[in-house]
Amino acid sequence: MQQQSARERLLHGINDRGTNVSGNSAAMNNQAVSKTHMKTKKAKSKTFKENLIGYGFISPWLIGFFFLTAGPLVFSLIVSFSDYNITSKMHFTGLDNYKRMFTADDLFWTSLWNTIYFVVFSVPLTTAGAIFVAVLLNTKIKGMKIFRTIYYLPAVLSGVAVYFLWMQLLSPGTGLVNLVLSWFGVDGPAWLFDPSWTKPALIIMKLWSVGGGMLLYLASLQGVPESLYEAADLDGANMFQKFFHITLPMITPIIFFDIITSTIGAFQVFQEAYVMSKDGDGGPAHSLLFYNLHMWNNAFEVFDMGYASAMAWILFIIIMILTLINLKFGKRWVHYEGGDNK
Amino acid sequence: MKMTGAPKLYQTMKFKRNVKNGFILLILLAGSAALLTPLWWMISTSLKSPEEIAQFPPTFIPEKFHFSNYIKAWSTGPFTRWALNSVFLAVVTTIGSVLINSLVAYGFAKLKFKGRNIWFVIVLATMLLPGFVTMVPQYMLFSKLGWVNTYLPLIVPSFLGSAFFIFLLRQFMMTIPNEFIEAAVMDGASHLRIWWHIMLPLTKPALITVAIFSFNGSWNDLLGPLLYLNDESMYTIQLGLQTFKGSVQTQWNYLMAMSVMILLPTVLIFFIFQRFFIEGSNLSSGTKG
Repeated sequence: MQQQSARERLLHGINDRGTNVSGNSAAMNNQAVSKTHMKTKKAKSKTFKENLIGYGFISPWLIGFFFLTAGPLVFSLIVSFSDYNITSKMHFTGLDNYKRMFTADDLFWTSLWNTIYFVVFSVPLTTAGAIFVAVLLNTKIKGMKIFRTIYYLPAVLSGVAVYFLWMQLLSPGTGLVNLVLSWFGVDGPAWLFDPSWTKPALIIMKLWSVGGGMLLYLASLQGVPESLYEAADLDGANMFQKFFHITLPMITPIIFFDIITSTIGAFQVFQEAYVMSKDGDGGPAHSLLFYNLHMWNNAFEVFDMGYASAMAWILFIIIMILTLINLKFGKRWVHYEGGDNK
Repeated sequence: MKMTGAPKLYQTMKFKRNVKNGFILLILLAGSAALLTPLWWMISTSLKSPEEIAQFPPTFIPEKFHFSNYIKAWSTGPFTRWALNSVFLAVVTTIGSVLINSLVAYGFAKLKFKGRNIWFVIVLATMLLPGFVTMVPQYMLFSKLGWVNTYLPLIVPSFLGSAFFIFLLRQFMMTIPNEFIEAAVMDGASHLRIWWHIMLPLTKPALITVAIFSFNGSWNDLLGPLLYLNDESMYTIQLGLQTFKGSVQTQWNYLMAMSVMILLPTVLIFFIFQRFFIEGSNLSSGTKG
């Protein structure tokens, strides 16, 4: 939920980044250039003071960045070439961790496959679902506010309780999902107990909270000028033509960011699998052993920090490559209203 | 298209719109049912007896309401303690988030200093960095500091800013005219005072959004507590609930009763502050302008 609003703000932030230069200090600088030596010196100390205050204000984040992000990132790269396990001294083992990952650890490939499966299905489905719901909720009908609340509510709910709820809903014998399926004469699967249905089960759960993404699209749909639809009405365009030729192109920037951020999010699927399989064992036939769960088990069950760090870096590289691909191909289909594809 | 005269055309369009809206209404109603039934199911299951849960086909409304399930479930573990731990953590991290992130955001939005734009791009970039990549080395850092099995790894990061909140607040602050600040600077006020006396009151809606998000984030966090807390007396409610699963196995009435109680604060916050959830996203579509 947080992520979703973040995306949107990210989008706008890039557009107006750095446009706010205080007129006051700019004038001060100009003055400094044109006036006497004494004044230049004075202006210099003024700039120094400004820098000091500026860095003072952002210093909490700077400390966090160096100690909790950049530092750990570099350290984990070093550790990934060692057999470090927290208690022992660090022995450098070269590329051993990476070699083991790619050649000797079958579960690495299982976890990677499970994760890719989850990403490939959950990202397009939740994106399409969010757009669909947002378009419906953007209709002018009385009582729409209530619908918006209802559709958003599941997205607010998270944590272990929600996973428990879905474990009950998906329970093969007495759960709601199979009960509803039985009304239609469908014999529901065993969901979390059947290796081939565990991941679809998780994806269904994700679709339940599609309202988070919906809110993001709803806000951008409300920004589409009414005049475009009126013009299309005059041309006799139908509902689907209007959707595919006006609505969809107008919201491509949001779709673009939604896809980038939800891909990153989906690659990090962990808590669901940890809670919904028995204490993180990855479910039946390792079908819920996602990449991060495997990394977690290596790091915090057997304390093989070297191997876990190597896994973290491979994940980092995979996500970087995917994001770059997204950014590259994004240019082809993302429509920016200004027209100058920035 | 045949020319049929203006009033009739208007009528058909209105008719068409009504049909379309009726159709949309039907889909929305069906969707609402699909979204709300799970919640009803949770409450209903929490009130059933174990025998009733086991019977097939399951019932939608319990034959008899076993409200005692709630008390029994709560007393299977030190849940009061865990809930208080969670409240403590949520309150402290929320205070940290609101103060620190708005301070940093003020720096990025209203102060001019060398390298500001580069640092801000880095803030944005860290939002795209997968959290799991830094989790393992962070654990190594905190364990070297001796912070494992304390609340410090869960609290301290919230006092060091979060990219998302900084970004959100910075965007909000950009909409506040610089004249306010310049006037105060002329009067000799320090930026710290300006931030506290002018910026904080003016950005209240955004601060409430940040407060809600960080409170919920902390309340619902399983990963952090799972990683850093070992003593059962220090557990949070989420971690307690996760271990509770093992002790009651498949006693769904208890599990659902606990789930209802633990989701309740989030639901209450949502209904009380709904405006800030929905308006939060409208705000950014407004700035798009």
